[in-house]
Amino acid sequence: MEWIFFLAFGLVAAVAAVAMVLQRSPIYSALYLILALFAQAGLYILLGAELIAAVHIIVYAGAIMVLFLFVIMLLDLGRTDRSPARVKPVGVIVGTVLAGLLLAELAVGVGPQIVLGPRGAYDPEVLRTVGNTRAVGRILFREYLIPFELTSLILLTAMVGAMVLAKRKVE
Amino acid sequence: MVPLWAYLLLSAFLFMVGVVGVATRRNALIIFMAIELMLNAVNLTFVAFSRFLHSLDGQVFVFFVMTVAAAEVAVGLAIIIALFRTAETVNVDEVRLLKG
Repeated sequence: MEWIFFLAFGLVAAVAAVAMVLQRSPIYSALYLILALFAQAGLYILLGAELIAAVHIIVYAGAIMVLFLFVIMLLDLGRTDRSPARVKPVGVIVGTVLAGLLLAELAVGVGPQIVLGPRGAYDPEVLRTVGNTRAVGRILFREYLIPFELTSLILLTAMVGAMVLAKRKVE
Repeated sequence: MVPLWAYLLLSAFLFMVGVVGVATRRNALIIFMAIELMLNAVNLTFVAFSRFLHSLDGQVFVFFVMTVAAAEVAVGLAIIIALFRTAETVNVDEVRLLKG
């Protein structure tokens, strides 16, 4: 049963990712990426990470991809980007071969013989009684409190930076 | 139960698709989306290891990766908008001058 869901979500994610890279129009690429992100949220549910799945949908599909679509429509690329992508066939062949090598190396590295270290305290039984969100929240706000507060600095910097960069210069 | 290597293999494949996207596409927006795909592949690895090592640290790290990804997208899209204003294109091959 779990295999069926894994294969379904994984297949959708993989096919949507490949389609995203192959699409010519950025709009279709963004829509395929959203499909891949939804499939990945399903994988998170399978892995028992319900909070991550919800945050993933809200942040990625809800915020980041809306920002992408907003910018794509704002830029009005229809006029300028009509020309076909000038990708040299040699580059595509070399890139695909190198990518295949990379995938093969990764597959050898992560093969079924992988050895895991000592297990932590949060096995599925504990998570079922405590609840995934409560357990993650406890760790986030106790052990990782200072890094968590520091991420707010990253967000503030990014917000100010984005406004300064995208602001129209006053003549 | 689905073993760990299946998740790692899927995540490696998604990461590789992202690498190919960055290397072959010339549209800055699609390059950005491919970078997002790579970040998501890494997130999948984090969650998979978190599940199989019975530890929640990986899920906390996914939060940090998401924060950095959101900040990166905001700044990156602002740069693309500024680029489009000055160069009238988002094709990275046509943007060769730092100034002018």
